[in-house]
Amino acid sequence: MDQSRIRNFSIIAHIDHGKSTLADRLLERTGAISERDMRAQLLDEMDLERERGITIKANAVRIDYAAQSGAVFELNLIDTPGHVDFSYEVSRSLEACEGALLLVDASQGVEAQTLANAYLAIESGLEIIPVVNKIDLPAAEPERVASELANILGGSPDEVIAVSAKSGIGIDELLEAIVDRLPPPDGDPDAPLRGLVFDSYYDTYRGVVSLVRVVDGRLAEGDAIRFMATSEDLEADEIGVRRPMIEPTGSLRAGEAGYLITGVKDIDLIRVGDTVTHVDRPASEPLAGYEEPKPMVFSGLFPTDGDDFERLREALDKLRLNDSSLVFEAETSRALGFGFRCGFLGLLHMEIVRERLEREYDLDLVATAPSVEYVARRTDGTEMIVHSPQDLPDAAELASIEEPYVKVMIITPSEYIGTVMELVQAKRGEMGDMTYLSPERVELHYTVPLSEIVFDFFDQLKSRTRGYASLDYEPLDYRASDLVRVDILLNSQPVDAFSTIVHKEKAYTYGRAMVKRLRELIPRQMFDVPVQAAVGSRIISRETIKARRKDVTAKCYGGDITRKRKLLERQKEGKKRMKMVGSVEVPQEAFVAALTIGDE
Amino acid sequence: MSDPGHLGLQPDDPALVEHARTWRSAYVHIPFCRRRCPYCDFAIVDESQREVSQTERYVDAVVAEIGLVEQSMVLDAVNFGGGTPTRVSVAGLARIVESLSDRFGLADEAEISLEGNPEDLDEDVLASLVGAGFNRLSLGVQSLDDDVLERLGRVHTASDAEAVVVAAREAGFRSVSVDLIFGHPSESDESWRRTVERTLAMEPDHVSTYALTVEAGTALAREIATGAPEPDDDVQASRYELFCDAASDAGIVRYEVSNHAAHGHHCRYNLGTWANADYLGFGMAAHDHVDGERSRNVQRLDHYLDLVAQGVRPRAATESLSSHDEERDGLMLGLRLAAGVPLEGLAAVFAASPIGVALLDAGVLSVDGGQLRADPMRSDLAIREALSVSDPDC
Repeated sequence: MDQSRIRNFSIIAHIDHGKSTLADRLLERTGAISERDMRAQLLDEMDLERERGITIKANAVRIDYAAQSGAVFELNLIDTPGHVDFSYEVSRSLEACEGALLLVDASQGVEAQTLANAYLAIESGLEIIPVVNKIDLPAAEPERVASELANILGGSPDEVIAVSAKSGIGIDELLEAIVDRLPPPDGDPDAPLRGLVFDSYYDTYRGVVSLVRVVDGRLAEGDAIRFMATSEDLEADEIGVRRPMIEPTGSLRAGEAGYLITGVKDIDLIRVGDTVTHVDRPASEPLAGYEEPKPMVFSGLFPTDGDDFERLREALDKLRLNDSSLVFEAETSRALGFGFRCGFLGLLHMEIVRERLEREYDLDLVATAPSVEYVARRTDGTEMIVHSPQDLPDAAELASIEEPYVKVMIITPSEYIGTVMELVQAKRGEMGDMTYLSPERVELHYTVPLSEIVFDFFDQLKSRTRGYASLDYEPLDYRASDLVRVDILLNSQPVDAFSTIVHKEKAYTYGRAMVKRLRELIPRQMFDVPVQAAVGSRIISRETIKARRKDVTAKCYGGDITRKRKLLERQKEGKKRMKMVGSVEVPQEAFVAALTIGDE
Repeated sequence: MSDPGHLGLQPDDPALVEHARTWRSAYVHIPFCRRRCPYCDFAIVDESQREVSQTERYVDAVVAEIGLVEQSMVLDAVNFGGGTPTRVSVAGLARIVESLSDRFGLADEAEISLEGNPEDLDEDVLASLVGAGFNRLSLGVQSLDDDVLERLGRVHTASDAEAVVVAAREAGFRSVSVDLIFGHPSESDESWRRTVERTLAMEPDHVSTYALTVEAGTALAREIATGAPEPDDDVQASRYELFCDAASDAGIVRYEVSNHAAHGHHCRYNLGTWANADYLGFGMAAHDHVDGERSRNVQRLDHYLDLVAQGVRPRAATESLSSHDEERDGLMLGLRLAAGVPLEGLAAVFAASPIGVALLDAGVLSVDGGQLRADPMRSDLAIREALSVSDPDC
């Protein structure tokens, strides 16, 4: 197809603002799928994606659209992940497009992550079409949201297209806007091949499947190809597009997006952001913007049953086939035994990985509270990276600790500015600038230590603003902070998995809240169990879990010994889900207690 | 009067338990009640659900079921439980006793016991029960605080219950047991203390004490789910201790977690069950333990009546026990007994296991005079671990 008839675009939207429904509607309206084959939210394939209503992996679907002018266009809808943890993936997907639909719920207004992604799109030179969705809902305020969008994008509210993806209102107008307002690709079809890998996933039968946007030249089956960042030479086995069913096409030309299969099984060989070129006529420069995905949040994952360690390793290996941003290394905890220290892009990523391990691989896991990556400087001048609080050197040999800071953007209704500022201050944040998006909504910028964000920041932000505020953040730098490690002792024995690095001024409050929470979470045992918080050898807080006095039920009704026996055996089985720490039975949720101590 | 049931031994004497293992009992389930109490999840049919003639048909069926049993054994004890046995006519109960006696034979001085509620028992009924051969009454007193009784959904008052205890003695019952439920959230320490005092003042032969348990699906569970206070474990433990101390001062000795008796007045059926002796079970939802098998009858009245009418034993399930299973059950049941279990076989293996040692350290288990015993208020904890240590699959 002539490049002038191609439009590559993605949809930028917040969770629940209707992105998948809009995608479905576009596919349906252009006849890419019949209503009969329609399965709600076709593009979100992973169970977890559909359940949580979010997109984790990118996707590209080709649609043929006969415009009102009579010309037929090739539309490539490039679906992007919609969460802050996956902003690198988002940026790669946007690089594959010339335009984007900025989709906003007419009853909610624009959210921080959406805005962050919209800024990213603008920076990448994309043309934006603002779209207000769900205009037929009773609570919809399309005019207010349109003027907010116009304010942000610097256009007029008239340029905003009003749709209801659910009932199909405004879809024809939107399709026309896509072909009229978005620019066509402008790569050089005769130049050496340059294709951007904007996502890769592992398919059990096909190996690694990569999504590629060809910028210059032409990519065809049988070509000897080279991935420029990894310098890996491979052969293009199969090339095609999704419509949305897989359809081999034999080649992709400049301006087109589709999939590439090389038969490779190792996902590390084909990385997101890499540039594919020809071996015999290589491009001189790769396309801009390949970065190593950088884990931000670290947590220990341990099998509840120590015998499952090998199964956990295999499951992590398999997950990594599909998720090169997941990193892990073996870790040993005195309390929890053998497990893995895993690095994640963010909290959602961590939660998703854990849930997939438990669900898809039938593992029962204990996760430790998330931590960030610290840089510890010893008095002898050496430096070490600390992923796990237990690795922090003793105070005596510690010169300083640096921790990661992030740039935070919060969008909130203006009535909550006070409470948001209070929260950020409590989290050691520094105020940056503040912009009114409209008289009612404000965009706030802060610099905050990442460790404060990974705990309960988001939950607290939501509860303080009745769910109206939204949050986005990106890494900034490392700064020296006055940090100490708070250890927790159960029955006078330190439990390494409970150790946490906190700011010195917060150590006492944290320690007190933590022992109180553990006293609530750990069931009463057969003896008194003291729970203590300590900094170094100094005990800063103490509570006692009193021994359980009663553990018996009344009578065996009518001599039903079988039932009684089975009941007791079941109860015992239930207790096996707890972890024995010394002689204390500790439930799994206690290991992430730090996440739920809230404001004390 | 000779009494083959206690041999001059205290109810918590290991030698008595040893003997109790050889006793043979029959349990008869009478599944009828005026109405369901708010805490009850037993297999019963309340008055609103049954036809008047049903109780007589039920007696016929139990008599027929007795005729279907192949084993023969002389019975040391017969116990009618429920439900409320006295919702069946005394004549009906007498027919069942008679048919058990005809079919199996009753030992000399056999214990013939029934559970009953104060509101169903007047002098005439009590006299005719004695006439029918009953010599033990287990009276559902529950509390001697009228407010608590009301909250428990009971229709009698404290003074009704006290009067029935006196009348039962006068009618000629050899043993009268006062059955109590403690730890309802509406009961105060003071209320319980008075209930204990008044109970012991009646000089009962036997007392059963049940900590109120919230069973799923009961009215009580629904109340709690909608915000009513829950029974508190610590409070129940303190109330239990208060009772045990006061009872033991009054010569009433705990022989099982929930059962306390004066010398010679332990319930033979009850002690036999906990000693892992054999017992037959008759009636809807009844259970038995005979010749290495544990069986239970069907839970629905119409199924029960149909099956018996077809001449089929109304079994819902049967579990065959190996000698290891029997020993395991013996350990599980024995840990509820004040006498405990002899420190041998599985009991010795359990006591020597790491968890056994930890339980001994924590005072959940104790060893004395060659017997392994569990703290009664924490016996489920001990039993769970004992079952786990002795699980043949582990």
